Amino acid sequence: MTTAATVSEAAGDSGDAGPYALSHLDALESEAVHIFREVAGEFERPVVLFSSGKDSIVMLHLALKAFAPAPVPFSLLHVDTGHNFPEVLEYRDRTVAAHGLRLHVASVQDYIDRGVLKERPDGTRNPLQTVPLTEKIQSERFDAVFGGGRRDEEKARAKERVFSLRDEFSQWDPRRQRPELWQLYNGRHAPGEHVRVFPLSNWTELDVWQYIAREHIELPEIYFAHEREVFQRAGMWLTAGEWGGPKESETVEKRQVRYRTVGDMSCTGAVDSDATTLDAVITEIAASRLTERGATRADDKMSEAAMEDRKREGYF
Amino acid sequence: MTSATEPTEPLSVEQLSATTLLRFATAGSVDDGKSTLVGRLLHDSKSVLTDQLEAVERVSADRGQDTPDLALLTDGLRAEREQGITIDVAYRYFATARRRFILADTPGHVQYTRNMVTGASTADLAVVLVDARNGVIEQTRRHAAVAALLRVPHVVLAVNKMDLVDYRESVFAAIAEEFTAYASELGVPEITAIPISALAGDNVVEPSANMDWYGGPTVLEHLETVPVSHDLAHCHARLPVQYVIRPQTAEHPDYRGYAGQIAAGTFRVGESVTVLPSGRTSKVAGIDLLGTPVDIAWTPQSVTLLLADDIDISRGDLLVPSKDAPPTTQDVEATVCHVADQPLTVGHRVLLKHGTRTVKAIVKDIPSRLTLDDLSLHPHPGRLVANDIGRVKIRTAEPLPLDSYADSRRTGAFILIDPSDGTTLTAGMVGESFAAPQPVKNEGDDDGWDF
Repeated sequence: MTTAATVSEAAGDSGDAGPYALSHLDALESEAVHIFREVAGEFERPVVLFSSGKDSIVMLHLALKAFAPAPVPFSLLHVDTGHNFPEVLEYRDRTVAAHGLRLHVASVQDYIDRGVLKERPDGTRNPLQTVPLTEKIQSERFDAVFGGGRRDEEKARAKERVFSLRDEFSQWDPRRQRPELWQLYNGRHAPGEHVRVFPLSNWTELDVWQYIAREHIELPEIYFAHEREVFQRAGMWLTAGEWGGPKESETVEKRQVRYRTVGDMSCTGAVDSDATTLDAVITEIAASRLTERGATRADDKMSEAAMEDRKREGYF
Repeated sequence: MTSATEPTEPLSVEQLSATTLLRFATAGSVDDGKSTLVGRLLHDSKSVLTDQLEAVERVSADRGQDTPDLALLTDGLRAEREQGITIDVAYRYFATARRRFILADTPGHVQYTRNMVTGASTADLAVVLVDARNGVIEQTRRHAAVAALLRVPHVVLAVNKMDLVDYRESVFAAIAEEFTAYASELGVPEITAIPISALAGDNVVEPSANMDWYGGPTVLEHLETVPVSHDLAHCHARLPVQYVIRPQTAEHPDYRGYAGQIAAGTFRVGESVTVLPSGRTSKVAGIDLLGTPVDIAWTPQSVTLLLADDIDISRGDLLVPSKDAPPTTQDVEATVCHVADQPLTVGHRVLLKHGTRTVKAIVKDIPSRLTLDDLSLHPHPGRLVANDIGRVKIRTAEPLPLDSYADSRRTGAFILIDPSDGTTLTAGMVGESFAAPQPVKNEGDDDGWDF
């Protein structure tokens, strides 16, 4: 046995050849569309979480393709922290109008104004999203909630199912997950329970960007390098705003930056970048030695299990 | 992890877009070095980024460990970190210039057969690890049997820890021969054996300087080149209808499309098709590939078929070429793996999901239970518990168009669901399972089940 112990003829270098091979993006797209259609076929009141971030924008694009030439049979839900980038809200409203969609908004500010939620000392509102989200799901009786979560984002997410059952409190119990076999997704749930659905589970950040480039999908401008007044906190460049930054000890400076994620302004950092085009962004991400969350999310650094703990409580 | 291979050049956009996707699963016993292999594949392909590695280093140092514990990269849950074990399948992603990979990282414990079944159900390839010092053990045979049962098209035998046997060719050759003989008998179509040291990096990503007697590919090279597309010319074409698209808008007043993901084979415009279970026939008038008309489409593309005649078709129906329709039946015989904690018993009323159709069903008989160690069958066990593999006979309330799992992994597979709480109970594969099933044991030999 002096060469590889191959029983039958291996393919050699021709693995990617053949008329019926799909590119990885086509395979991921087809799988995501299958997931959207399964939900449309099996659930009564699905909704798509839409933050106007790149992942939710790709989700909406996939949904539009899945049901073309008919309209998307789902409404959208934005959990509004009250600390949004103005470009992002503008993008949201324009997109909803362009596709004739219905938008639900769950507002963190409303909960704070009513005294139900308290502002955190650090001004971060990301963890405060869970209560408005879960209450909106209950009051609107949504039975399937699409999220743009990807398993490559974080190791607790790596354990997440495509169809993730949540109890009446929206809680995630990693020990009680259903095995997911073949493409046979099980959406059965009791009244009051719902299913979180993640069509982009198998996509990576780079896949999302390549798909955006291939499909010529428009994004909010903050994803591309631009001059912006920022200040440094905990190693990240944050944009000044009414949410409470900068503090007296922090100084604002003008830098060429872009965002890798869209979230609450108080905890989403910008990265130094010259990437003004999609191709430049993709090249930059392919060479980056930092994960998207590591580079730009303060809240995930709170503890080793921050994401798992928030997911257990009902976070997306 | 003795060396850190930094990526040389960032990939160009063109390089990144030209890649295909390979789904694979790993299986290995607890100390076979699976985490190290996974860690090395992730690390050397740049999929472990600085902030993740820093987090692992920080936690390892806090615990007083000298070197970063790469298992922390993959054990994502609190309970897993507390107990130092992996309790569930996790999916990992990495890429090279040639291909992108989805790795189903399945736990190695004996009692987690269901997790390997879960991981293998969507895998194009399975990597079975053995420790070169121990050779083929019971657990190795179980992994080979599960790969055969799930009909994973390619199996890699990674003979690990070659550094601990002085990189001797004779050790590798003996293990490779024993495994290949066993797995071939089970019907595993393709087996590639590779001698490696995951710890030292031999033949994982870089060819080994210590084993010049080995002329085959490294693990990564094999993963990059193994074919993922199949010869579809001989496949039965199948489209489970997921959803009927009827815009009813001014622009598309009469559009009526049958949306679904092609589960097997190819569909062409002009082809005669039959709707199952009703048996009505029509012709393919058009195919929409996510909004773009095409003449031909194939698995696993998600498409919308337009038919020449306005016939009654809804979610759950199966569209097939008229010349190649599967039989429909209400009596299902299958090999199953039980995946739930509550047992499956004779007389159990369940739901059966096949493709896009969910029907009521009843478990009529459990003729046998399989021992993966020696592939012997225990007759009439009465019930199957978690991780059991067995034969079952199921009667369904409505006829189903079933393929043999050996012919089609998509349309030969089903799941059983508990109607009371929605639990996924059982993974099912229609038809005969192994190439050469072993005779049924005498009942007296039934000394229990060791999963």
